[in-house]
Amino acid sequence: MKTLQVLETAYRATVEEQDDTIVWLTHAMKGAGGEFGLLLTGNAVCYAVHGQRAPALALGAWTQSHAADLGADVAALAAGGVPVHAVEEDLEERGLLDARLLEALTVVPRAGLPQLFDEYPRIWKW
Amino acid sequence: MTTALTFALMDAPFENSRTVTMFRIIGAALEAGHDVNVFAYEGAVALSFAKQAPHANAVHGRDAAAENHPLPRVWIESLITLAAARGRKLDWVNCGLCVDERGVAEAIAGVRRGTPADFWKMSMESGNTLTAGTR
Repeated sequence: MKTLQVLETAYRATVEEQDDTIVWLTHAMKGAGGEFGLLLTGNAVCYAVHGQRAPALALGAWTQSHAADLGADVAALAAGGVPVHAVEEDLEERGLLDARLLEALTVVPRAGLPQLFDEYPRIWKW
Repeated sequence: MTTALTFALMDAPFENSRTVTMFRIIGAALEAGHDVNVFAYEGAVALSFAKQAPHANAVHGRDAAAENHPLPRVWIESLITLAAARGRKLDWVNCGLCVDERGVAEAIAGVRRGTPADFWKMSMESGNTLTAGTR
């Protein structure tokens, strides 16, 4: 049974976790046999921008070894067979429609969301 | 035959009213005769931390006993008791990695450690799933 992960909250705890917790959760459950799609909405559409990279955190003598690479994590989901979508209007509002985006990304206008939702028996909003 | 329901909680205790709402929905589901699965993810794994302690509140002018401060671990215990009284199952699963990150392994009885695979399995065996992500 397919589940659509609708992700809106972005960059939450990504420094501490070194990933996005819902993208990570999707990876883990896919590995357990689940079938997923990912819809990026709101600020989470920024995850589709190619080449973004947060600098590693440094506090005193402590330096982070692995800063989050959210674009790569989402690209890995897509490469693993998870369809990745983003809401067109949310990209447009942020000036990202012309940005270099994840190649596998499907841009969906808000008016097209009902058809997308119809493809998934389960929809989880995060 | 009733339908099992699965809930995913994500907020840490004492942070968000969404958590209270989810507890109320879980209680209502048990009262209505549903089996309930809960997957506690990220900060929500601390909801069942056994060392949560009540405290006095000088602003309220009450000692600890009179204040009777709400504790999520007590709410979970109450829900577990409710489930047993109704002959239903309440399977409360904490994300193990999230527990380790936060050092809250000492959970109350009736709560078990698991993985996202447990969440996935519980969901597939349920009639529906409600998620409450941190915002």
